[in-house]
This record gives sequence, structure tokens and C-alpha cells, in this order.
Amino acid sequence: MTDHTAAAHEHEHPTVRAYLMVYAALMVLLVATVGLAFLDLHVNFLVSMIIAVIKATMVILIFMHVRYNEKLVWIFAGASLLWLIILLGLTLNDYQTRGWLNILGK
Amino acid sequence: MSTASTASAASGDRRPNYLNVAYGLRSWLLTTDHKRIAILYMITITFFFFIGGAAATVVRLELMTPQGDVVQPEDYNKLFTLHGVIMIFFFLIPSIPAVLGNFLIPMMIGAKDLAFPKLNLASWYFLVGGGLFALWAAVTGGVDTGWTFYTPYSSMFSNTNVMATAIGAFLSGFSSIFTGLNFIVTIHKMRAPGMTWFRLPLFVWAHYATSLIQVLGTPVVAVSLLLVGLERLFHVGIFDPKYGGDPILFQHLFWFYSHPAVYIMLLPGMGVVSEIITCFARRPIFGYRFMAGAVLAIAVLGFLVWGHHMFVSGQSMYAGMVFSLLSFLVAIPSAVKVFNWTATLWKGSVTADTPMLYALGFIGLFTIGGLTGLMLGSLAIDVHVHDTYFVVGHFHYIMVGGTVMAYLGGIHFWWPKMTGRMYSELWSKLSALTVFVGFNLTFFPQLILGYVGMPRRYYEYPPEFQVLNVMSTAGASILAVGYLMPLIYLLLSLGIGPKVGHNPWNASGLEWEAASPPPTFNFDETPIVTGGPYVYELGGGVQREHA
Amino acid sequence: MSTHEVSAREAKHAHGHEHESGHLAHHFETLDQQSKSATLGMWTFLATEVMFFGGLFGGYAVYRAINPESFALASRQLNVALGSINTFFLLTSSLTMALAVHAGQTSNRKGQVRFLLLTMLLGATFLGIKAYEYYEEFEKGLIPGLHFNSKGVLQFPTSFSELAVRRTQLFFIFYFFMTGLHATHMVIGLGVLGTLAVLAHRGHYSEEYYTPLELSGLYWHFVDIVWIFLFPLLYLIDLHK
Repeated sequence: MTDHTAAAHEHEHPTVRAYLMVYAALMVLLVATVGLAFLDLHVNFLVSMIIAVIKATMVILIFMHVRYNEKLVWIFAGASLLWLIILLGLTLNDYQTRGWLNILGK
Repeated sequence: MSTASTASAASGDRRPNYLNVAYGLRSWLLTTDHKRIAILYMITITFFFFIGGAAATVVRLELMTPQGDVVQPEDYNKLFTLHGVIMIFFFLIPSIPAVLGNFLIPMMIGAKDLAFPKLNLASWYFLVGGGLFALWAAVTGGVDTGWTFYTPYSSMFSNTNVMATAIGAFLSGFSSIFTGLNFIVTIHKMRAPGMTWFRLPLFVWAHYATSLIQVLGTPVVAVSLLLVGLERLFHVGIFDPKYGGDPILFQHLFWFYSHPAVYIMLLPGMGVVSEIITCFARRPIFGYRFMAGAVLAIAVLGFLVWGHHMFVSGQSMYAGMVFSLLSFLVAIPSAVKVFNWTATLWKGSVTADTPMLYALGFIGLFTIGGLTGLMLGSLAIDVHVHDTYFVVGHFHYIMVGGTVMAYLGGIHFWWPKMTGRMYSELWSKLSALTVFVGFNLTFFPQLILGYVGMPRRYYEYPPEFQVLNVMSTAGASILAVGYLMPLIYLLLSLGIGPKVGHNPWNASGLEWEAASPPPTFNFDETPIVTGGPYVYELGGGVQREHA
Repeated sequence: MSTHEVSAREAKHAHGHEHESGHLAHHFETLDQQSKSATLGMWTFLATEVMFFGGLFGGYAVYRAINPESFALASRQLNVALGSINTFFLLTSSLTMALAVHAGQTSNRKGQVRFLLLTMLLGATFLGIKAYEYYEEFEKGLIPGLHFNSKGVLQFPTSFSELAVRRTQLFFIFYFFMTGLHATHMVIGLGVLGTLAVLAHRGHYSEEYYTPLELSGLYWHFVDIVWIFLFPLLYLIDLHK
């Protein structure tokens, strides 16, 4: 019926060239991360986080093959990120709003 | 009657089933058959249930009199902590998923086993290992922090076995995560041909939603317990004000899991109830898609409400308002489920078999528990009843009136499938009634006690509270009898109960196609599904095989 | 009354026709189903890891948000050069890991072993440098606890409140816990990779079945991603000031 090789790798996979290109990009971004940290950009934190997100996205999509996986894997990866945001968001919601209501002790 | 499966049923007597296919301790301790693992879990959690129950017995004995005259106050703290830790981590959280879920999910979706059978076995070992840690902690001095391990007491001041208990809970968390992981992948990937998502029994949907919570929530309580352990070990920690830490951060991390955890305990019970109600009202479920959507909504929304355990902790009041509003939202899908079960009963052909008694009890008691939950979710009321017996009454209505009743109902419903035997109808109905009466006598007085101001976790109280406390203890003794009865008649049924065929309740569902007890690989050939669940003719009677 | 309308069964046998591969487990129908399930299972596990580390990131976020100056001051004490070099080694190990998986996909046995060993070497180098950093921090008196800042390397400006002074110690608690947890995950990863290298050498993996390589790759890349965030969050706070 189906031949095992087609069944064994259910997705195409990145070429060695793709891996090397991602690696090169990661190196550039690493230099950027460190370099930009020394410059006063007023939004340094945001910039460093955006670069980190870009690096992580490349690792996820190419190194971890998510770009070539079924949509379900995308959903699982996205869900973990969403839940992390829920944890961080609602916890910070407490700490950042202490004292907002001008009620003694609150 | 059923279709082509009667062939396998007729020959079922002679072919080996999952119970007698192999004998010996090794065949059980090294099994990868989901059905055997379910039985291992059933024995394990029953053992822990009675240990947790024993702790509760001493607590209720102490509370019969206003003075502290049965145990020392430190020991009282250890007893209610033991009760909570054992019941939550080693009974309630595994109960329905690890016993009924493990046994039934592959069968309900037409698969031969779960996606990762060895992981399933590992998950049982983690529960046992964690339980041994917790028990060892209990017998070598106990732990007195409460099951909630609040800092800074747990991290800095308690002189009891906090680390060992935390390790026990941590290991049980792995058990929970592995089970959830297994269920998620299984339900996605191993459904039989034709078994689309909207043809799944609601039991499966409920376990899918539960598994999402297990996977996404448990790691956070794991890290919070790890941090408490590290603080005890190294005497530095992130909850310690000496270093600028905030003890309330622990509560955030702890409750981020522990609130969704109550839905881990509740949702599988809702799944069981849907299966039982449809069978014994002989009707398809009312509003299938809303029922499926409701369990998912509860699972997701349940992650957004944890601060309602922290209204008076020092959390910002603004955050309290946000959490209160979200808590009201999560009540909506729960109510939808209660309405739809009721609508399913309407004009159904209802019979009062034991599983149905438990399911009906669930609906009523869960409703009361849920309504008291809404009261607790209101900031102004909670200020008065936080840390009182009102809270204790509320969560026991859900956990015991809800989950335990659903668990017992499910055990009674699927017992013939799991064992091939039927139990005594008289004794099972008597025991269901005993449980119901005992439960209400135990916990309704607690709602009143909390309302009039009796604090929780106290071993003594003002004399004016004694009458209600005595009622509660009396109820607890009746409840205990109600729980001991099934232990006896269910075990007896294994020896002297009548043997049943594959579908003694004439129920709808792939699991009833297989023999009772099923063979190791569940089905001779992969079933092909062409229709939805709950195929009951409206107004049709129940045909009983062994009647 | 019939149940799911289970109609005539296909003449499919319980044992898959791909059974001759020897890699198909009994409860799966096809190798494709099996490998997709494995991938999904691994991603589910990684979701639990995201939430596990997430608790620590959450705590970090809270304290940094309410006392950013404490964290910035404390962060100055870390060795940015070593941290950057370590990041380089770890990112490179991710490349070699991806290439090891690729060697599995292309039935390249020698490549599998070579790249697995290279990944292990880079990972071990990372851990070695980390250990050296810990030693440096110990020498500077930055271990939280009784002797914190006993060497006086942290000088607090007068604008610092008492709480802000205390929270510099909190930064180091997070630093050691988070990098320690990360390092623990790497040690476990090294153990897994070592096992795989042995099995790969014995020819266990080929394009027909290389699932353990793929799954370990996912784990290793995840550990890398945690570091991608840890590095700027711990080492590069307000470096420009």
C-alpha cells in the first residue's frame, strides 16, 4: 500500500542551507542584541525582547520544523505562549494596580 | 439490540479478556494495557481515599465538642493538612481520569490503547511514588501548613515535613501531566475512522478539556513548590521580605494551578454524568455542541479567575474586581450544563438505577455548590466568609457532592464492563441513599456555620456552634458507612455477582460493543463509525440483559 | 437499539501492514500516525516546560517591574562578555542539533554521531563557562544569603530605598535559580544526547525511523529558546545607563 519512506517523514524538511541561513541570522541578531544594549534607545527593553522573539520564532519555525508540521503543532506552540501571557498578565495586573483605588492599604 | 458485535460477545466467554490473559504480579506491575493500569489506579486511589477519610474522621471527632480535647492543636493542623493533601493530590485529581478515563477513552474512540502506553504506566508509578513520600512525611511527623502551603510559614517557619510533602505533591503532578498529555494526543490522533470530533461521547470531550488544564496548570504549582523547597533548603527565596520578596507571589503561582485544579476534579465528573443521564433517561443529550463547548469554556475561563482565592490577601482591590467579574463568567457554562442535563431528562423515560441516582445527586449538589461559589466570588460577601466553614462547605459540595458522586456513579455504571459482573441492586441503591443523606447532613450545617462566623482550620470553637458541629459529625459517620458499603458489595460481586454480556444497560457507546470484560486489544478490528453518540430512541424502554 | 451504527468492518488486521519495519507499535495503525503522535506529545511536554519556566519568568517580571533600578544595578555585576560567548555556543549547538536530526532524516549514520557529539561538546562548553561564571560571582560575594555583598562590590546610590537595596539580592536569587534550572535541563539533555549517540552509532536511526532524534532536537531547541530570553533579561538590563 503506502511505502514506508513516505509514511516515515510526514513533512518535507528544511535543507542544510536553510539551517545555515537561520544560523547566520541568529548570529547577526546576537551581535545586535548585545550591541544595541549599549545604546540609549529609550525603548531598550522592548527592542531586546523583540529581537529575542524573532530569534525564538526562527528557531521554532525552522530548527524545530514547525513551518513544515501540521497546523495542530502550530496551535500547541501558540497555546503555550498564550498561557504564559495569561500567567504573566494577570499576575502583573495585581502588582501594577496596587494603590490605584485610593483606599487605605489597597 | 446491537449489531455485528454479538459475535464477539458470544465468544467472549471463551476468549481471554484483559484480566485473565496473564497472571502474576509482574504482568500487572509491568503492564502497558490501559485497562489494567486503570485497575491499578482504582486500587491505589481507594487506598488513599480511606487514609484521607481517616484523617477527616479524627477532625470531625475533635469538632464534636467546642474544646480541643481529642488532639493537640499542632496535630490538628497536621490532620487537616493530611486530609487535604491526600484527598486532592492522591484521590480527587487522579480519580475519574486515571480510573475511568484510562479504561474507557481508547474504547470510546475505537482505539486499541492510549497513544503512549508506557508513559501511562510511568504515570501510575509517579502517583504511587508521590503518595509514598506524602505518607512517609505523615508518619514521621506530619506537615501543618495546610494543603495550600502558604508562605512565609511553609518556606521559613514551619518545623514539619514540608519538603517531603511538597516532593510528594510534585511527583503526583508528573502523574497528572503524563495522563493529560496522553489523553490529548490520543484523542487527537487515535480516533477510529468516522469518529469525528462531534461524534465523540461527552465523556471524551470532558477529559480532553481536563487534560488541557492538567498540562498547562500543573507545572506552575510544581515550580511554586520547588521554590518553597529551595527556600527551605538554602534559606533564601523569592517570597521572603528580607530580600524584598512578596509572600503573595506564592499565592499567585499556587492558585494559578489550584483553581484550574478544581476543574480537573470537576469536569471528568460532568462527563460521567452526561453518559449516565442519557442512558437512564433513554434520550440523546440536549444541546450536544453547547455541552462540548461548555467544558472547553470552563477549562479556559478557569485559568482566569485564581485571584478569587486572594481577595483578602493584600492583592490589589482592582485586581480583585477583575477576578470577581471573571469568576462570574465561569459560572455561565456550568449553568448551561445543568440546564441541558435537566432538559435531557424532560420527557425522558427515566429509571432509577444506581448510576442514575448518583448522577441526579450530582446535578442537585453541584448546583448548590456552584451557587455558594458565586457567593464567594462576590468581593463583599467573601470578606466575611473567607476562611470560614462557608468555604469548606462550598468546596465539599462540589468535590464530594459533585466529583465523588460522579466517580461512584461512573464506577457503578461501568463496573459490569470492567469486571463482567453485576453488583446487588438493592445494596447499591441503599448505599447511594446513605451517601446522599450523610453528605447533606455533614456539609449543609457547615455552610450555616461559616455564614455565622465559625473559622476553618480551628480545633476549638465557641459553644454556640456545637449543635451544628455535632450534626456535621453525625452526618460524617453516616457518609462513612455509605462509602464502606460499595467496598463490600462491589468486591463481593467479583465472586458471586451474575456475569453480564457486553451491554447490560443497553447503553450507547463503542465501549459497550466490546465484551465484558474486554479483550486486551479492545476490538477485533478497528470499528468504523458512521453516526453520533447517544443513539436512544425517544421514549424507548430499557432492555436489561440479565433481568 | 444499535449504538454507533458500526457497519461492516474493513478487513484490516490488528497488525499493521508496515509491521515489517519493526518500528510500528501495536496500538498504532501507521508509522505516520505514530510519528505525528510522538511529535504532538513532545510539543505538549514542551508546553508544560514553558509553564514551568514561566512561573519563574513571572516572578522575575513582577519584581523587575516594581523595582527596575535594583535589577539594573545588580545586573551590572554579571559578566556580559562570558554571557554573550555562552549564547554563541548555545545557538551553535542548536545548529548542530538540527543537523544531527537532518542526518537522521537522510539516513546518514556518521553524520548523526558526529553532530550529536558536537552538540554535546558545545553544550558542555556552555556549562563549563557557566560554572566559571558562578565561581566568579561567588568570589565577588554575590551569592544571596548571609554573606551577600560582603565584599562590597555593589554600591547603592543614595536614591535607593531600603526595599530597593534588598531587591538587588532578589535579582541574584532569580539569576541563580533560573540559570540553575536551565543548566539542569541542559545536563539532562546531555544525558539524552549521549544515549542517542550510542544508539545512532549502532545504526538505530534512518529516514524510516528517526523519531528519538527529532524529539530530542525539539527538547534541545526549547532549552536554547529559554536561554535566548534569559540572556537579555539577566545580562543586558539598562546596560546603556
